[in-house]
Amino acid sequence: MDAIIIILAAGIGTGTALLFATIGEIFAERSGVLNLGVEGMMLLGAMSAYSVAVKTGNPWLGVLVAMLAAGLLSQIHAFITVTLQADQVVSGLALTFLGTGISLVLGEGLSKAGTVALLPSFSIPLLTRIPILGPIFFTNQSIFVYIGYIFLPLTWYYINRTRPGLNLRSVGEYPAAADSLGINVFRTRYLYVFVGGLLAGLAGATISLAISPGWFSELTTGGLGWIAIGLVIFAQWDPWRAAFGSYAFGALRRLILDIQGPMVIMGMRNPFFYDPYLGFFLQMLPYAFTIIVLVIGSREAMRKRIGAPAALGNPYIRGERGL
Amino acid sequence: MTNEMTKASIKETSQPLMVEMRGIIKRFPGVLANDHVDFDLRQGEIHTLLGENGAGKSTLMNVLAGLYRQESGTIYVKGREVDFSSPRDAINAGIGMVHQHFMLVPSQTVTENILLGLDKPRFRMNLAEYDQIIADLGKRFGLEVDPKAKIWQLSVGEQQRVELLKMLYRGAQVLILDEPTAVLAPVEIEGFFQTLRSMVKEGKSVIFISHKLQEVMDVSDRVTVMRKGKVTAPGLITSQTTRQELAHQMVGRDVVFHIDKKPVVPGEVVLKVEDIKCENDKGLPALNSVSFEIRSGEILGLAGVAGNGQRELAQVITGMRKCTNGTVWLSGEEICNHPASFSIQRGLAYVPEDRTHEGSSPNLSITDNVIMKNYRKHPISNGWMLNVSEAVNFAEELKNAYNIIAPSIKTPVRMLSGGNLQRVILAREISGKPALIVAVQPTRGLDVGAIEGVQRLLLAQREAGSAILLVSEELEELFALSDRIAVIYEGNLMGEVHGENDLDAIGLMMTGTPLEQIRKGGTETNV
Amino acid sequence: MSDSTAAPSSHRWRFPIRINLEPRLKEPPTWYPILITLIALVVALVMGGIMIAFVGGDPIRSYLHIAQASFGNIGVLSDTFVKATPILFTSLACAIAFRMRLWNIGAEGQFIMGAFGASAVVLTPLLPENTSPWIFIPAMMLAGIIAGALWGFIPGFLKARYNVNEIISTLMMNYIALSWVNFWVFAVWTEGGFQMSRKFPTAAWLPRLLDYAKMAPVLRGLTTHLGFVIGVVAAIILWFIIFRSRWGYEIRLMGDNPRAAQYAGINIARNTILVMMVSGALAGLGGMSEVTGVIHRLQSAPLAAGYGFTGIIVAWLSRLNPLVIILVSILFGALLLAGREIQPSGVPKMIQGMILVCLIASDFFLRYNISIVRTGKEA
Repeated sequence: MDAIIIILAAGIGTGTALLFATIGEIFAERSGVLNLGVEGMMLLGAMSAYSVAVKTGNPWLGVLVAMLAAGLLSQIHAFITVTLQADQVVSGLALTFLGTGISLVLGEGLSKAGTVALLPSFSIPLLTRIPILGPIFFTNQSIFVYIGYIFLPLTWYYINRTRPGLNLRSVGEYPAAADSLGINVFRTRYLYVFVGGLLAGLAGATISLAISPGWFSELTTGGLGWIAIGLVIFAQWDPWRAAFGSYAFGALRRLILDIQGPMVIMGMRNPFFYDPYLGFFLQMLPYAFTIIVLVIGSREAMRKRIGAPAALGNPYIRGERGL
Repeated sequence: MTNEMTKASIKETSQPLMVEMRGIIKRFPGVLANDHVDFDLRQGEIHTLLGENGAGKSTLMNVLAGLYRQESGTIYVKGREVDFSSPRDAINAGIGMVHQHFMLVPSQTVTENILLGLDKPRFRMNLAEYDQIIADLGKRFGLEVDPKAKIWQLSVGEQQRVELLKMLYRGAQVLILDEPTAVLAPVEIEGFFQTLRSMVKEGKSVIFISHKLQEVMDVSDRVTVMRKGKVTAPGLITSQTTRQELAHQMVGRDVVFHIDKKPVVPGEVVLKVEDIKCENDKGLPALNSVSFEIRSGEILGLAGVAGNGQRELAQVITGMRKCTNGTVWLSGEEICNHPASFSIQRGLAYVPEDRTHEGSSPNLSITDNVIMKNYRKHPISNGWMLNVSEAVNFAEELKNAYNIIAPSIKTPVRMLSGGNLQRVILAREISGKPALIVAVQPTRGLDVGAIEGVQRLLLAQREAGSAILLVSEELEELFALSDRIAVIYEGNLMGEVHGENDLDAIGLMMTGTPLEQIRKGGTETNV
Repeated sequence: MSDSTAAPSSHRWRFPIRINLEPRLKEPPTWYPILITLIALVVALVMGGIMIAFVGGDPIRSYLHIAQASFGNIGVLSDTFVKATPILFTSLACAIAFRMRLWNIGAEGQFIMGAFGASAVVLTPLLPENTSPWIFIPAMMLAGIIAGALWGFIPGFLKARYNVNEIISTLMMNYIALSWVNFWVFAVWTEGGFQMSRKFPTAAWLPRLLDYAKMAPVLRGLTTHLGFVIGVVAAIILWFIIFRSRWGYEIRLMGDNPRAAQYAGINIARNTILVMMVSGALAGLGGMSEVTGVIHRLQSAPLAAGYGFTGIIVAWLSRLNPLVIILVSILFGALLLAGREIQPSGVPKMIQGMILVCLIASDFFLRYNISIVRTGKEA
């Protein structure tokens, strides 16, 4: 039992990074802009956070720089897709290359830079004693995780219960209507692409300063950015479902890494104990899982009337009727 | 005039002016939409703007509502000169417009839509509170609607109420409604008129854009008629005019330029349409029971204001839309509900309204566009491969025969002018010697030379034996080309006539009177 | 509205000058797109140079080094072709998919699976070691094609049937392919516990130029292999398919205007699957070429070198034209080859990203006329 709890608890950590990235992308997509560059932005964030933390000894500064760097990168995508009205898919892919490339270039030699002061991890006094949930959610987690817990309901509230949130949703669903009532569609989209960048940077910082501290070139993010994009669809663009998906995925990922370790699980012999054969199939699970999640999500979207923000992926051109 | 009517007219002419528009000129590339237009609106009246498509009514109202800026002319609201640079300015001055295409976000609630873009509430949206306010507002004006409902759950009539509430909530004193009954089911229309009357009782003034004479007579106090950018009848008092007069002012009489139309003896029936019904994109009935036939060598013109089912009719015949009842025969074979390619193989040619999105592939070359129908056949096709030299020859021939002006046949068609693009489409469709041509608004947006070219082509096909269904908003065009003219109104055929002498009859049919009634001499009874 | 600027004009105060954007009405002269593309390339290289300088490198020397290290003498030229070969295949794969607006990001995985398929023929072993190369090689080609096609079929089917976003599904398939191959390499076919399979018998190697050094001494040390030739042939065939065949015409039509394609009676769902399979097959063939022409054993690291992603850029840069792809792949092969020696090591990827970004941005200038006007009283 202990082993399972440890795995799940560790999963929350990875899940938090995923959560930030996923919610960032949800913001961007709800304003109508698809940003496939999440992986590039995350990597840039991870690299910047670690690099600044090493050089200045201040991890919080690293987080800040990470967020700004990724945010800045995202604005290139915003300019190309919103102002120049180019294809959002290709631009996002280009952004991934760019972000990855810049991270590798600027992060050269970083892995030998030495250790860095990490951000604090701690437990929350009373909550940690709740049976089962306590050890998983509130024990010895990085501060990022707790930030994530608070961030989640705030995000939901912002999107669904505030005026800026209403504007955001309108711009993504029916920009012509928003425009006709005086809302600046272009400015809104630039803003939320930026927010997406900030959060992707935060996600990267979470990884390099807390979850898997260090800089391991491209392996640092290991494809989490792409998974975040898939999770957005699974989440049906809703923060709570995004959280569920992120934590579940994080747990799954840790499970795969850690399940091969202990010889005994729950008092029984562990069938996965360092079995080279099965290990690889376990590795496939998260990705297969994402595909299945996509199929479910797409079918659901086809069935129900909720789905992607209606204007997602289309540049807004004034004067074009019918959206 | 009775005493009552005198009293009524005195009352109407003595109300203060809410809105005055003087000498409005508005130009678009290639067309003078508003040509020195004067218009005024009195307080507390319902004033209709009547005219066909392209008359300039929507443009004029868009200017008033702040969407367009006039080239010259002045607007006064309540006596003060105003200058609107955006819809927001107009709304602040108390003028709100409800467009034909609703500007509502489908996935959001009524309240959210109404509150969109306002300054209050600033950050926190306590929807429950506003739900109540909006419900009360709705009750006051007879525009009841559930504030918590999402727009996609509402009927079109209810959505329209939301648009109205949106304007009323913002304090609009003048409401401009663009073809509001076009989206309503017949049962909803009377309720809608009640709403208008109660709004007027509350002190609002309404401008109503329409082409439906019956409604105009039923609900409006005054009527202004426009045609081709000019006002032909300013502010007539409805109770003092007749449908005959209004219809006459609407269609008028223009210089008809003559095209040589040779007499052709019609042959076999090519297209037979019997009792077809179909729905439009919103699920409402678009065609109610349409029947007609066209013989080879004949052009049947279809007149009618846009939005009365013409588009759907063309789509049913060409196989792009399901018909829910009735049958369509092409040269004796049933083609209803078969895919387009089925009919194409049996000699159907389609010249659609939307040249760029439906009729052509914008980034492909002229050659690629003209072989769309025959690329599977010899000699263009050579087994699996395309015989490019044959395709090129074919394209060159067509380019010369149809006078397509372009740098080369490799030019992507999005670079072509409207006229040339239309020639490409016609070349493709007509060169196959089709049995039936369905042409929808084929000369819209073209310059004079191109228009003449297209019309000559159609006449040539008529002589060659094709049957042609010509859907057009230009009456002169219909007169010049058609052998018979049918008029469609709200999904029904109002009747068929033979030519220019029946101009007034056509005008009346376009605004809702069936032919039998006109022949009997009655024009005041309800449809 | 007659206003065609990108920003709304609801403010009272306006800039004295406004940038006017109008969609182009006339086709620009044929040299214009090429000029714009070249300018985009130059801008990208300049920006890349700035980045290199920023981290302390020497941009001019780096770029010169690239040119020399890839085209300097016939030896390195040959190496350039070797590096270009896998890129050639993946670019072709991307090109045909993109023509139909199918965003195949999975060329990487399809490439890997193709290598796997080809290796399986040797390692299972399907054919005994002493089989003649005349049988080995076509068999491996077939296996590579089938494996790649299968890997393309899955996302294609999901898209056609369930409208699953192909960008993410193909991407996930990349990771699955890698794990799959790793399994076989580490667990089943491992050679002495190392992370690779045993070496293929020479009969299963694609012939290289240096194999004929006895006949022509000038060919000594040249590692260019038959894969390059296969690639060029594939490019030419693909060109014919796209521009000279009925099916290619249909693909171009579907990619440009699906409604018109439906009017012409073309079945979009069926073609989605078909095109994805062909795309996968091409990438798979590339994998076969790499594993039998260069690596000569099944090993995952050199296969998962990002060829799939580079293919996207090359395809886009070549405007999806197979013949142009041949040239551009060589260019990128050079970049890849020489780039390994450039410090810092992320430079090639960064430059690739910059080129793509500049290219997309430059498309804008092809679609719009830009002019600067004084703002007046016009709406």
